[in-house]
Amino acid sequence: MNTLVLPVALFLLANLVIALVAAARGPTPADRMLMVLLIGTTGTGILVLLAHAMHLSALVDVALVLALLAATGGIAFAKRAWQDKESEDD
Amino acid sequence: MIEWLSMALLLVGAFFFFAGTVGLLRFPDVYSRLHALAKADNLGLGCVLLALALQAESLSAALKILIIWPLVLAASAGIGFAIAHRAHTLGIAPWRKDGP
Repeated sequence: MNTLVLPVALFLLANLVIALVAAARGPTPADRMLMVLLIGTTGTGILVLLAHAMHLSALVDVALVLALLAATGGIAFAKRAWQDKESEDD
Repeated sequence: MIEWLSMALLLVGAFFFFAGTVGLLRFPDVYSRLHALAKADNLGLGCVLLALALQAESLSAALKILIIWPLVLAASAGIGFAIAHRAHTLGIAPWRKDGP
């Protein structure tokens, strides 16, 4: 079990790095904003895995904060920040 | 027994995270990418959290890990609706197989 926790965390980190490519090329601002959603879920997973592997229970609190930040950031983006019409779909 | 169940849940969770990333890279427009992220990633996170909650030292620690999941589910449902609604309002056409 404990041998599997850190490799899975590393795998999730690799997923995040690959998804940065999608964030860089996405045609609309929403495609880049999806990266924040991805960091919210995947980062939460990584932090909880690290909390288990390193016996640092404070990292679970950090994971909760990351999930909350992704929520507020996504809503603020959709409601306030995404206004421009020139960089639309290809 | 719990060890094996936890290990299997970790692998299933990693698979769903991978499926979400592949969907983000391969799907053609905002709506379908949102669909890949909002469902596959949250299912993967649920599997990982359940696997770690099975291994937790105490009941309160396990519940604290598990309580993250409803929070993330509610958040991603709200964000998914907000972004898709905004994209629709801005006039982004959904992708179709035979061209828009």
